[in-house]
Amino acid sequence: MSISTSIWIWIAALLTLMIYSFLYKDNPFYRLAEHIFMGLSLGYTLVILWYDYIIPRIYQPLFFSPHQWSLIFPILLGMMTFGIFSKKYNWLIKYPLAFYVSAFAAIQIPVMLRSWILKQVEASFLTPDKFSSVFNSINAILIFVGLVTTLIYFYFSKKREHGFGAAATVGIVFIMVAFGAAFGYTVMARISLLIGRMQFLIQDWLGIM
Amino acid sequence: MLRRTLPQAIAFIIGFAMLIQYFIPHPISERFYNVIVQQWLIIILGFMYIFALRSFFMHHIVKIRRKKEGYWFSAMAIVALLFMLSSGLITTRGVFFDSLYNYMIAPLQATMFSLLAFFIASAAFRAFRARNFQATLLLVTAVIVMIGRVPIGDYLWKGMPDLVEWIMSVPNMAAMRGIRIGVGLGAVATAMKIILGIERSYMGGE
Repeated sequence: MSISTSIWIWIAALLTLMIYSFLYKDNPFYRLAEHIFMGLSLGYTLVILWYDYIIPRIYQPLFFSPHQWSLIFPILLGMMTFGIFSKKYNWLIKYPLAFYVSAFAAIQIPVMLRSWILKQVEASFLTPDKFSSVFNSINAILIFVGLVTTLIYFYFSKKREHGFGAAATVGIVFIMVAFGAAFGYTVMARISLLIGRMQFLIQDWLGIM
Repeated sequence: MLRRTLPQAIAFIIGFAMLIQYFIPHPISERFYNVIVQQWLIIILGFMYIFALRSFFMHHIVKIRRKKEGYWFSAMAIVALLFMLSSGLITTRGVFFDSLYNYMIAPLQATMFSLLAFFIASAAFRAFRARNFQATLLLVTAVIVMIGRVPIGDYLWKGMPDLVEWIMSVPNMAAMRGIRIGVGLGAVATAMKIILGIERSYMGGE
C-alpha cells in the first residue's frame, strides 16, 4: 500500500468522498462539493467560450485583417442581451432570442423530418430483403408490428376499444421492453462510473491494488 | 411594436428564410446557411451566457445578502467560479487550468453521476415490484440487459449476450422508433409554431 503524495490526487479523492457522503445523508461536505462543482463548471464554460468563440469568432475577425464588418450585426443583436440588467429595456432580449430560437427551430425541421421521421419509417418497411431467413422475417414483422402498435398507444384522439384497444395493449408490451432496456443501460452506465471512481480511490489514491 | 411585433416579425423572416434555404441547392443559399449557423448563431449564443451568469450571481448574491441558511456555500460557489475563470484567463488555459479540470471538475462530475447508481437501484427496488404483467416485463428486461452486458451473463448462460442483442435490436428498436417518430412530429410542429409566431412563450409572452 502506497498512498499517493500528489496534491491533485488528494483533492480529487477528497472531493469524491465529499460527494459520496451524501449516501449517508445530506451534509455540509456534500453541499460544499456540490457548490464548488457548480462554480467551477460555469467558470470552465466561460473560459472555453472566451478562447474558442469570442476570440476567434468576434475579436479577431473584427480587429484583424481581413476585417469582417458584417459581424457587427450579430454582435449588436447579441449585445441586446445586456437589456436584462435594466428594468426599462429588458424587452431588448426578445430580439436575440427571437432570432436564435426561430433560426434554430427552422434548421431543425428538415433534420427532424429526415432522421427522426422518414428514416425511421423507411427502416421499418417490410422490403423483400428483410425476408432472407425465417429468423429475419420474424424480426422484421415484429419491428413493424411494434412500431405500429407503439404509435397507436401514443394516439389519444380515439377511444381505446375493440381492435384499437388491443393494438394499444400490444404497443405497451413493446414500450415496457424498451423502457426496461433503457433502464438497464442507464444502470450499467452509472455502475461503470462507480467502478471508475472506486478504482481511482483504491488504486490511484490509496495505492492498494 | 418594438416590444412585440418586431421580434415576432424577425422570428418569422429568419425562420422562413432558414427553412426555404434547405430546399434551394445554390451556392448563395449554402453561404447564407453557413454565415447564419457558423457565425451569427454562435455569436448570439455566446452572449446568451450572460443569462446564465446573471442567474448564477442573482441566486447566490441574494442568498448571501439575506444570510439565508447555508449562504457560505453560495459564497464558495462564487469563489470557485472566479477562481476557475481567473486561472483560465491568466494561464491562457495552461497546465494549472487543465489540472483543475482533470482533478476537480471531472472527478466531481463522474462521482455525481455514479451517485445516481445507488438512487436508481433504491428507486427501482421500490417502484419495480412486479405488480402486474407490464411491470414484470420491464423488470425482467432490465435485469436481462444488465446481466447480459457483463461477463457473468455469459457465464450463467451462453445465449444471454445474444438475447440482449435481440432485445435491443428488435422489440426495443420497434418501440424506440415509434417514440422517435412521435418526438420528431412534435418537434416539427413546435418549430412551425415558433416560426409562425403561435408559440411565443420563449419570449416571455403568453
